[in-house]
Amino acid sequence: MEHSSKNLEKFEYDNAIVRNFLIATVVFGVIGMLVGLLIAFQLVFPELNFGVPITTFGRLRPLHTNAVIFAFVGNGIFAGVYYSLQRLLKTRMYSDTLSKIHFWGWQLIILSAAITLPLGYTTSKEYAELEWPIDIAITLIWVVFGWNMFGTILKRRVEHLYVAIWFYIATFVTVAMLHIVNSFEFPVAFLKSYSWYAGVQDALVQWWYGHNAVAFFLTTPYLGLMYYFVPKAAERPVYSYKLSIIHFWALIFIYIWAGPHHLLYSALPDWAQSLGAVFSVMLIAPSWGGMLNGLLTLRGCWDKVKLEPILKFMVVALTGYGMATFEGPLLSLKNVNAISHFTDWTIAHVHIGGLAWNGFLTFGMLYWLVPRMWRTPLYSKKLADFHFWIGTLGIIFYAIPMYWAGFTQSFMWKEFTEEGFLKYPNFLETVTVLKNLYLMRGIGGAMYFIGVIVMVYNLVKTAYAGNFLSNESAEAPALIRFQEEKQEYWHKWIEKRPVQMLVLSLILVAIGGIIEFVPTFLIKSNVPTISSVKPYTPLELEGRDIYIREGCYVCHSQMIRPFRSETERYGEYSKAGEFVYDHPFLWGSKRTGPDLAREGTMKLRKPNAWHFTHMLDPRLTSPNSIMPPYPWLIDNDLDVSSTGKKIQAMRTLGVPYPEGYENEAVKDLMKQAKEIADDLKNQNITVSPEKEIIALIAYLQRLGVDISLEKKQVLK
Amino acid sequence: MLRFVKHHLESILGIEIYPIISFLIFFLFFITVLIYLIKLDKKHIQKLKNIPFE
Repeated sequence: MEHSSKNLEKFEYDNAIVRNFLIATVVFGVIGMLVGLLIAFQLVFPELNFGVPITTFGRLRPLHTNAVIFAFVGNGIFAGVYYSLQRLLKTRMYSDTLSKIHFWGWQLIILSAAITLPLGYTTSKEYAELEWPIDIAITLIWVVFGWNMFGTILKRRVEHLYVAIWFYIATFVTVAMLHIVNSFEFPVAFLKSYSWYAGVQDALVQWWYGHNAVAFFLTTPYLGLMYYFVPKAAERPVYSYKLSIIHFWALIFIYIWAGPHHLLYSALPDWAQSLGAVFSVMLIAPSWGGMLNGLLTLRGCWDKVKLEPILKFMVVALTGYGMATFEGPLLSLKNVNAISHFTDWTIAHVHIGGLAWNGFLTFGMLYWLVPRMWRTPLYSKKLADFHFWIGTLGIIFYAIPMYWAGFTQSFMWKEFTEEGFLKYPNFLETVTVLKNLYLMRGIGGAMYFIGVIVMVYNLVKTAYAGNFLSNESAEAPALIRFQEEKQEYWHKWIEKRPVQMLVLSLILVAIGGIIEFVPTFLIKSNVPTISSVKPYTPLELEGRDIYIREGCYVCHSQMIRPFRSETERYGEYSKAGEFVYDHPFLWGSKRTGPDLAREGTMKLRKPNAWHFTHMLDPRLTSPNSIMPPYPWLIDNDLDVSSTGKKIQAMRTLGVPYPEGYENEAVKDLMKQAKEIADDLKNQNITVSPEKEIIALIAYLQRLGVDISLEKKQVLK
Repeated sequence: MLRFVKHHLESILGIEIYPIISFLIFFLFFITVLIYLIKLDKKHIQKLKNIPFE
């Protein structure tokens, strides 16, 4: 590379866009965590569901996860990327207009999520709950971000791309791929769609997405930020640049394969489960390589760490990253997963990652950025120290009760008496015992939240005392041309070529992605069809949509694993062939309540009247239950205006409803509804057949029925 | 469109070799990265390391 001192160019860094994203991350961090706090306490005090739809747990939990992931962390990523990218490349962002479109577009998406999720518009796919128009908006805004980033990279004034930028590129390209593939859905109304995939296929695509959303939204961009902000805060370069190269390529290549570890012991083919587990274990190497690289950057300046809250936040963030990435592979081992899956252990695991790694790294970055951009010292180091300590204690108070709850729950589910019966046959016993632990978790969360509020005060005070610089002057020599070196190794070559870097990253993640999809597409031929499994009736289909709207899948799984403790409690284990008409799949990932896969079968079947009363107030049928009440289902009329359209959509997706059945559907629906309403009347419950509750009851009574019919056929 | 892709993937002959190929790609790739790292010039590494401080 040749620079000429005569050719020194003057330009300005755009700090205003960094400030905007920075404010957004703080505001949405507060909101997202506050919602988290509310839902944590709802599990102890069900009254906090307030008896209205928009504040029930099932609708607020997706709001919490979306807010902290895409609004808090998302805006944090963009703030950090827009700050570091300009400086690492010695240039202003490619286009101020694109920056603005990106910022406002992203905030509008968040706003639409904040409105639609509490209103019950959801696809039910975790961390991808937003409905199709918002999915399209996300795609467009993501392209704007990538366009702006690549424009900036292409007009850079430095030859080589620093490692942080590789992580940004991999993030952009992989999130685009994940989002598009997982969002294939068939619209039936403005805010209602059905997943293109069904059952096992849908589950595999969803967890390929879900796992890699953690990898490429919560991890790789933050590793990029770590490689920039930790050296900056420590005022020394990263410990090993060689390690960072290995870290990058190994991480993006291995991560993408590990998705099936979310579906161990499920109806997914065994080889796909094993592949996921093997790659998950391999992930320890690059993850710990990265963590150690971050921590060792601080070698020789640990005395500084003692005095500087920013570095303390970063140390705990890296430690949390190390803990979570050690635990992740552990949880992918089938024998550990058998204990942890569906329990609060998962909740503990994700919050070590979320609160420590993402939360603390963001806080460290904010405390570093605000004084620099507002050109004044931090208002109070003491308050930042207080934030650090109460936040750290908060994480501990959050995590320990959740680990405890996870173990307690799992062991109670699996415990048998000497006579060979389940020791706790009533699921409720395994829930009520956790209430104190849930309370302690809520207190831990509150401590963490207080720390955040203190930070907000500290940062606002700092900003008021300072003077914000929107456009920061800088100068650098123009990049004249690349100097081709003799015997240039491929990596040195690629470090200078962002577009090739993008293509290579895409190829790497696509290889893992495609390998994971092979079982998905082979499944149809692998899975023996179960002749007795039939499509849902129109009423059941409507009931299923209510089940999705209310977020029942957040607490109730529909996947019985092949363990004696589960088959004793719920009946026969789940088969892949049972879900062929499930658009989307509803296996769930957590059992705050019992599994419902066989809720309509002999062993678990309850009278219609029981379901009616249970929905009106769960504590009438199940004292001490922590489930929210759903009285509006009894008042609301079932909307049958799109029933025909839904049948048509399902047929397009491959569900074998006869041609023209959409015209008969509502008639059949009313007939079945009347039967249920009549049955309720016999039980002294008078309710119109046109109410939503009837559809939900029909759906619940259908669950698991098909497979029990097959048994009868075999017996005959 | 999706159905078209699906059917073709379902009917790939000798699909069993697929994971083996991917493992080979995987290991060859990492061996290349390792060789590159071993041969890497120290001065160049120092230069890259210090980009954030320039």
